[in-house]
Amino acid sequence: MGRDLKEVAIKNKEHIIKEWNKEISRLKDVNYTAEISAELFESNNEEFVNVILNSIRGDGTPQVIKDFSDRMIHLGWPLSYITDGLLVFRKVTLDTILHHIDQPEGEYISEVLKYVDSWVEPIIRQLVNEYSVSWEHVVSLQRIALQELSAPLIPVMDNITIMPLIGTIDTERAKFIMENLLEGVMRHNAEVVLIDITGVPVVDTMVAHHLFQATEAVRLLGAKCILVGIRPEIAQTIVNLGINFTDLPTKSTLKKGFLLALEITNKKILEVENKTQSIDKLLGLDKGSEKN
Amino acid sequence: MDSKSCVRIMKEWDIVAARQMGREIAKNLGFGTVDQARITTAISELARNIYLYAEEGRIYFEAVESLELKGIRVTAEDTGPGIKDLSLVMEDGYSTSGGLGAGLPGVRRLMDEFDIESEVGKGTKIVTVKWVR
Repeated sequence: MGRDLKEVAIKNKEHIIKEWNKEISRLKDVNYTAEISAELFESNNEEFVNVILNSIRGDGTPQVIKDFSDRMIHLGWPLSYITDGLLVFRKVTLDTILHHIDQPEGEYISEVLKYVDSWVEPIIRQLVNEYSVSWEHVVSLQRIALQELSAPLIPVMDNITIMPLIGTIDTERAKFIMENLLEGVMRHNAEVVLIDITGVPVVDTMVAHHLFQATEAVRLLGAKCILVGIRPEIAQTIVNLGINFTDLPTKSTLKKGFLLALEITNKKILEVENKTQSIDKLLGLDKGSEKN
Repeated sequence: MDSKSCVRIMKEWDIVAARQMGREIAKNLGFGTVDQARITTAISELARNIYLYAEEGRIYFEAVESLELKGIRVTAEDTGPGIKDLSLVMEDGYSTSGGLGAGLPGVRRLMDEFDIESEVGKGTKIVTVKWVR
């Protein structure tokens, strides 16, 4: 019986395609962005309906569906287009088949329903799978990208290093911060590390706890930590929480922290008088244009 | 207003989701930046407690109104192991997880109203309110 139904469907291919196109174009006005041009939409529809029909006929291998879905994902077609398309196809095909058979009895109809579902289901499953795999891939890539910028350590002078922290700190990131910090202290031979938390949105007990642990570890290596970039609202929240920050030197801004760091390392910034050289020359941009 | 929003806490990143939703609601209710930070931090503590000890629970947000005050009610509810000694966990410096032990007493100080109920083996419910000044 399944074969008969397939034959009916394939014989009435033209009709199904026509009806399908009509339905899907109607959906286009409601659901999809106007960015998709009419020609692209039509050529894509044609391909899509052929992929479905081929797979029903049995000569569409999974590879064909995979190629098609790869292209769709690459071009950024919405998943709803795929699912809508297949649902519409199911409806149109059912209509067509039921129209062409002469014994529309209850039991027979439910058989037909079952067969048509068994054609459409594997395609839906595969396409949705392909889409979700591609999303998971993107998410994992972004995770890696995020981790790459999660805890940089910047040596600014001999013995002074800065670690700017931006964004939410979770357990994983806290671990990463600790490792980077300790490794950096050793590598740059740092005496003072400034940890800047200007970009950390919330400092709760967990974040504070991790900061304490990191600074304690740095202290064991013989270096000092200064916590900078504490915004007024964060300061008030820390006081309310009742966290004791007295063991950890803090400054409101990176600038003040840097001055303290200079003091600790016995350095000083001096302004040089009689600046004779122009900035261009200092930067090496003058290209011998001066005519002295 | 009777709208009630809810965030389910199961993963560590749900804490961030709860925080963001709470901050957004607090901002819309007219809280200043300092109170926004207080509310967000309190939510963070409550959500983290759920994540650490109960594994699964929910945080509810509600706008509340009394005669002359407007405010936000944050409710944390879980079906975790419960707390044996409530007075002990409200003490500063008490922690079973090696943390700072400032979480719950901190939340009480960050918010205006604080109420905790817990039954061992059943779960814990914490209701807090912050009023707009």
